[in-house]
Amino acid sequence: MNRQLTKKVLIVHFGIIVVLLMAQFVLSPYHHTNVARIMVFASFALGYNILLGYTGLLSLGHAMFFAAGIYGAGLTVFYFGFGPLEALVAGIISSFALAIIFGLIVIRTSGVSFLIVTLMFAEAAHLSTLYFNEITLGSEGIVISQVLSPLVIGSMEFAFSDPDVKYNAALFLFSTTFIICLALVYSPIGRILVAIRENEARTRMLGYNTYKYKLVSLVISATLSGAAGAMYALLFSYIGSTFASIEYSIFPLLWTLVGGMGTLVGPLLGTGLMFYLVDISSGLTESHLIVVGVVLVGLVLWFPKGVMGTIREKWLAWLP
Amino acid sequence: MSLGPHLFLALLEGTVTALVLALTALGLSLVFGVMRIVNIAHGEFFMLGAVLAWWFGSVIGGSPLVGFLIALIAGPLIVGGVAITADYLILRRVDYDPESTIVGTIGLLYIIQQIVLTFYGGDAKSVEAPIYFRVSFPWFGYSGYKLIVAGVSALLLIATWIAISRTQMGLYMRATQQDEEMAEAYGVPVRKVYALVFGFGAALAAVAGVLVVPIQQAHYLMGLDPLLLSFIVVIIGGLGNLRGTLVAAFVIGISDGLISVFFSPTLAKILATLLVAFVLVVRPGGLFGDEEG
Repeated sequence: MNRQLTKKVLIVHFGIIVVLLMAQFVLSPYHHTNVARIMVFASFALGYNILLGYTGLLSLGHAMFFAAGIYGAGLTVFYFGFGPLEALVAGIISSFALAIIFGLIVIRTSGVSFLIVTLMFAEAAHLSTLYFNEITLGSEGIVISQVLSPLVIGSMEFAFSDPDVKYNAALFLFSTTFIICLALVYSPIGRILVAIRENEARTRMLGYNTYKYKLVSLVISATLSGAAGAMYALLFSYIGSTFASIEYSIFPLLWTLVGGMGTLVGPLLGTGLMFYLVDISSGLTESHLIVVGVVLVGLVLWFPKGVMGTIREKWLAWLP
Repeated sequence: MSLGPHLFLALLEGTVTALVLALTALGLSLVFGVMRIVNIAHGEFFMLGAVLAWWFGSVIGGSPLVGFLIALIAGPLIVGGVAITADYLILRRVDYDPESTIVGTIGLLYIIQQIVLTFYGGDAKSVEAPIYFRVSFPWFGYSGYKLIVAGVSALLLIATWIAISRTQMGLYMRATQQDEEMAEAYGVPVRKVYALVFGFGAALAAVAGVLVVPIQQAHYLMGLDPLLLSFIVVIIGGLGNLRGTLVAAFVIGISDGLISVFFSPTLAKILATLLVAFVLVVRPGGLFGDEEG
C-alpha cells in the first residue's frame, strides 16, 4: 500500500476538476443546476467517505453535521444579516464545534455501538431543530434568498441567484474538498487512518494513539460535511429540519457505497448516478425512494466495492 | 388537576408505553444477541404490523373485535414470513457480515416503506379500538383499551421468556448466542435458528404494532420512533438480556411518560438519547460489553 502521489493520480484528479469546469459551457440549464447540486452533495459524500472509506467507521449520523453547516450559515444570514463569506465560515465553525463535542463522547465506542450512537445523536439533533421551532421554524423552514447579500470581491458583485455563480461556487467547494481529501489520503495521517481501518489493534500496538486519530478523522469528515451544508444553504437558499433527518445520514452512505468507499472519485460518481436515478424514478412513481432500497440491497449482494472500487481492483490499482 | 393525579397519569401512560416498548425492543435484542446483527428495518416490521391491523379491520368489517383478533394472530405471522424471506434472500447471502447486514437492512427499510406507501398511501389511518370502555379514577377516566394493551404485552413477554428458557428452540437460541460454532458442532441447526429468530423478532415488533394502532394511527413513516427507542432500551438493558430489556424499557417508558406529561414528548426523546450518551461515557464499550460489531 506504499503509494506515492504520482503524476498519473494528479492528472486524473485535476482532470476531473477541469472537466467539471468546462461542463458548464455545454450543459443545458436543467442539468446545469443538477450538476451544481450534485457537486455540493458530492462534497458531503467526500467528507463522509473520510470516515467510512479511509478510517472504517460507519456513521449513521452525518445529517447532523450537514445540518449544522446549513443552520450555521442560514440562521446567521437570516437573523444577523451575515454576508455569504461570514455565513460560510459560521457554518463550518458550527459543524467543527459539534464534531469535537460529539466526537469526544462517541469515539470511545466502536463497531455497532458507534453506528447506533451516531444514529441517535443525529435524531436528537433532528428533534432539537423541531423543538426549537421558534428559531428554526422546524420542518417548514426558512428561505434566505431575500436577505442574502451578494458576494463582493473587489469591485465585482456575485449574486447567488445567478445560475453561473451557483455552479462555480459549487465547483469551488467541490474542488477544495477534493484536493483536501487527496492531500489527506497521501499524508502520514491518512496512512495511519487506513492502518486503523485495516487493523486497529495492530496500529495501537505500533504506538499510535488511535483514539486521537479517529477523533481527527471524525472532525475532518464532519467539518467537510458541514462546509457542504453551509454552501448548500447559500446556493439553494432553503434551510429546514429535513436536512437533519435520518434520510440525510443515509444518503451520503448510499452515494459513497455506490461510487465505491475508500476511493476519491467514487463519491462524485455515486452522487451523480443516484441523483439522476432518483430524479428519473420520481417522474415515474410517488414511491421513488424504493430505488434507494433496491440499490442498497443490490450493492450488498452483488457489488460490495461499488463502481470505482471494482474498477480499481480490476484495472487501475494505482488510484487512491 | 393537582400534582398527584398528574403524576399518576404519567405513571400509567409510562407503564403502557414501557410494556409495548419492551415487546419491540425484545425483538431487536434477540436478533442482535443471537445473530450478532443490527436490524435497521426493525421499526418497519412494527409499522407493517400496524398497517396490517388496519387492513384486516377494513377487509373483514363487522365487529372491530373480530378483525382485530385476526390481525393480532395473522399480522405477526405475515410479518415473520416477510422477515424470514428477507433473511433467506439478503442476510444469509452476505453471511451475516455486520456492515453488509446494516446496509442491507437499510435497503430493506426503504423497500418495505415504499411498498407500503404504494399500496396503503401516505395518509395516517386510524383503527377503531376493538373494545371500548373507560376505567374511571377519582380524577379522570382512562381508556380501558390501553390497560388491555399493557396486559396483553405483559402476557406475551412472559410467554417469550418461557419460550426462551423452557423449550428446545429456546435452548438452541441460547446455545447459538453463547457460541455459534460449538452449538453447530453439537448439532444445533444454526441457520434455521437464525431464520426463526429473525422471523420471531420481527413478529414481536409486529404484535406491538397491531396493539398500538388503535391508540396511535397507522402511517408508513411510523417505524422510526420504535426503532430508535428500541435501540436506546437495548443499549441500556444489555443485549439478549430479557431482564435488562424489561428494566430499561420501564426506565425509558416511565421517564418518557413523566416528561411528556409535564414538558413535551420531543424533549423526552432528546433526553432519552442523551441518557444513552451518558451510559456510553460511563461504559466506553457501551453495554454491548466487549462485543465488537
